[in-house]
Amino acid sequence: MNAFLRFGVLLLSCAQAACALAGSLAATEELLVTRSEVGRPGGKLIIAERSEPKTLNPVTALDGPSRDVIRRMTADLIRINRSTQLTEPALAISWTNSSDKRQYTLKLRHGIKFSDGHPFDADDVVFSFQVYLDEKVHSVQRDLLMIDGKPIGVVKLDQFTVRFELPKPYAAAERIFDSVAMLPRHLLDQLYKEGKLASAWGLNVPPSEIAGLGPFRLKEYVAGQRLVLERNPYYWKSDSKRTRLPYLDQLVYLFVPSEDAQVLRFQAGDTDILNRISADNFPVLQKDQRAHEFTLLDLGPGLEYNFLLFNLNDDTTGRLPDVARHQVWFREQKFRQSISEAIDRNAIVKLVYQGRATPLIAQVTPGNKLWLDQSLPKPGRSVAQAKDLLRSAGFRWKADGTLIDSTGQPVEFSILASASNAQRKQMATLIQADLKQVGINVQVVPMEFRAQLDRVVQTHDYDTAIMALGSGDVDPTAEMNVWLSTGGTHLWHLGEKQPATNWEAEIDRLMRAQETEMDPRKRKRDYDQVQQIVAAQMPIVCLVSPNILVGAKAKLGNFQPAILDHYTLWNADELFWRQ
Amino acid sequence: MTREQKLVLPLVSLLAMHLLVLFAGFVAPYDVATQFREHPYAPPSPVHFRDRRGHIHIRPFLYAWKNNGKFAEYEEDTEQIMPVRFFVPGDPYTMLHVLHSSVHLFGVKEPAHIFILGSDGYGRDQFSRLLFGGQISLFSGLLAAALSLSLGLLFGSAAGYYGGLLDSLLMRVSEVFLALPWLYLLFAVRAFLPLRMSAAGTFLLLIAIVGAVGWTRPARLVRGIVLSAKERSYVLAARGFGATDWYLLRRHVLPQTRGVLLTQAAILIPQFILAEVTLSFLGLGVAEPVPSWGNMLSALQQYNVLSSYWWMIIPGLVLIPIFLSYYLLARCLEQQV
Repeated sequence: MNAFLRFGVLLLSCAQAACALAGSLAATEELLVTRSEVGRPGGKLIIAERSEPKTLNPVTALDGPSRDVIRRMTADLIRINRSTQLTEPALAISWTNSSDKRQYTLKLRHGIKFSDGHPFDADDVVFSFQVYLDEKVHSVQRDLLMIDGKPIGVVKLDQFTVRFELPKPYAAAERIFDSVAMLPRHLLDQLYKEGKLASAWGLNVPPSEIAGLGPFRLKEYVAGQRLVLERNPYYWKSDSKRTRLPYLDQLVYLFVPSEDAQVLRFQAGDTDILNRISADNFPVLQKDQRAHEFTLLDLGPGLEYNFLLFNLNDDTTGRLPDVARHQVWFREQKFRQSISEAIDRNAIVKLVYQGRATPLIAQVTPGNKLWLDQSLPKPGRSVAQAKDLLRSAGFRWKADGTLIDSTGQPVEFSILASASNAQRKQMATLIQADLKQVGINVQVVPMEFRAQLDRVVQTHDYDTAIMALGSGDVDPTAEMNVWLSTGGTHLWHLGEKQPATNWEAEIDRLMRAQETEMDPRKRKRDYDQVQQIVAAQMPIVCLVSPNILVGAKAKLGNFQPAILDHYTLWNADELFWRQ
Repeated sequence: MTREQKLVLPLVSLLAMHLLVLFAGFVAPYDVATQFREHPYAPPSPVHFRDRRGHIHIRPFLYAWKNNGKFAEYEEDTEQIMPVRFFVPGDPYTMLHVLHSSVHLFGVKEPAHIFILGSDGYGRDQFSRLLFGGQISLFSGLLAAALSLSLGLLFGSAAGYYGGLLDSLLMRVSEVFLALPWLYLLFAVRAFLPLRMSAAGTFLLLIAIVGAVGWTRPARLVRGIVLSAKERSYVLAARGFGATDWYLLRRHVLPQTRGVLLTQAAILIPQFILAEVTLSFLGLGVAEPVPSWGNMLSALQQYNVLSSYWWMIIPGLVLIPIFLSYYLLARCLEQQV
């Protein structure tokens, strides 16, 4: 009996000592204290993904699902708050920049740990940037970290201070840290030295061999069924009552085949959150909203813009005579303008998006309030004006109303649209009917998305296509590779060595100028001019920007969806279940 | 009921449906591509005889659909009676490639539209599209069946009559055709076709593909009949009198296959209609805005359409009476044989 009691006392004192130890550690740990509503720990959140992630490696992940999962498992030095669209401290507790704006000194949080309990310090930061900037690794982030063709320099000043040296002033410098996940040197250094880093952290990686600084860490992956993340017990944020975040114990990703399946699972209560609902399915869910206790939100226009793309590539002559013949029309500015004038964007908004979209004249959407050029004309529709433009460009009409060019050829072309995307097919069908009114015969060609992309990016064997682009950030720097004539997403004319036209040269100049201009007003003026050129030249005819529609169970606390990706889970660390 | 009488019902109903489809331009109130963008997914317009005050009208009438501000939600505007008129001018059309006209069997004055089977997501009249779509779906079935029966007759009789190496070769080829995974092959074929194909081109291609795929079964049946017919004593006797192969086939052997071919036709036509509908449903058929029953049904691939707008299923329902008629016909023919 005595022995038992003594054992009990010993156990108690051990526990006390452990508590004291933990307490002293916590004191040196510089946790970020959030200001959001204090929640309740526990529970799990289930979300259905349309496709499985391909990898869990932050360095090589290209596809949306992989990046969605990885972002929950990793953290950045500075992050963009999706709600305010401004930068805020993350792993870096504070930063200063030099007077010439070329040096950024970041102070890291003391005492924080990776999800496997290993401490994080400046060596991990230096290692991470070394990996991302290594040409042999082919990281996705490398382009972002190269300024004017030169890499960003990273210097460790002490265990918790790092200095970044930019080759020249860079307006969006703070924003590029977002989406550059910090890597654990203790796990990846060996693999990096052996040149195996790109193939590391596949989906079948054992949970003990992968670690990050995000709110969740890998628990299990069952191919074709689910991927489960569990709470990271070492996460570096707490709420105002000093409860360590995240509140949720688990984040479960289920894999379903289609958007309709996502909606059905959500409707049935199997999943808790819908990251993006199409405008068609939104009213279907709204009917059930009361009975099932959903929160359904229309966040207004996002950053995505749909457009009709003209093929302006110049490698088609001789190789693709049909396409080259049509390109004579596409290269005519007035022809492109007349197409834009003939398209009824309001009908697209109404019939395709059931009113949940906004017509566009240029690439910046009304969702991007900071950068939208308010002086741009509102897109209108006038068949008469479209005909005037065509007439002044030398086009004529036959007796039956068919449009012919100056050589007497009837004007007809095809529009590629992704077969699996109902909205784009509908837009193409509406445009077909609109252009019929100015005498243009259009064929809609629904095509599997990969086949379409292959034609647009590789073979250039197409006339026009309906596509969409959406940047991850509001800052124009995120759009550099679309608008620079040398950019990889300069879709209408890929692989230009020199700007093919004067206006493309002017866009190049303006985009480069805004990139290094530190005065926000001057940057805005430059980017406004880019938008005006796009609206006047129309290499792509911007159509509409769909609203971001999201849904979640009503009992989900701190649900603050934003129009920046990831719309609903960007603050997964703060989400909690109300009683 | 005699066998001939039994044949009357399916034959008459099929004839009626084909005539309706053939004269779609006249019967349909609108052109297939006319979009009433103010009226997406309008439900079928109820035709009234009694107005809201209780007065009975001899001439049927309808009320215009009034949008209530929400997408695709309508109510009848009972303020104004819109009488249904007959032989009204409207969209111009061409029937049977020669008859040009713009007179339609029935219609109503603007701003009302007569959507007797509702409208689709672009505000196009489903009834008009159903009739024009039938031209593609019904006639592709007929023509594809004609093609595959001709091929079946040719290869089947050649294999049966001449036997030997030719027989083995043709039968092995037919087995290969039976074993191929056709749907996947068709997807592959479509990717190689040119981007711009006219509706007529796609239509003929569909017929060629469906017909070419379907020749094996009739060919094997014809071969069996030819095999037994050519050994009949009267055939042998005719041969003894010096009849040529062509004479024997034409005079004595092929007439024996008539019953089988007719029955096969009645079985194959609905199968091929269904094949066209399936291919168009999957996006391999004629392109927008030309309708076929398959591409009209493809809107149902969207969950919201399936759950909210029941009239979009009608092109699928129309198949039922057509298939029933054909199977009735096939059974009567089978009994006669």
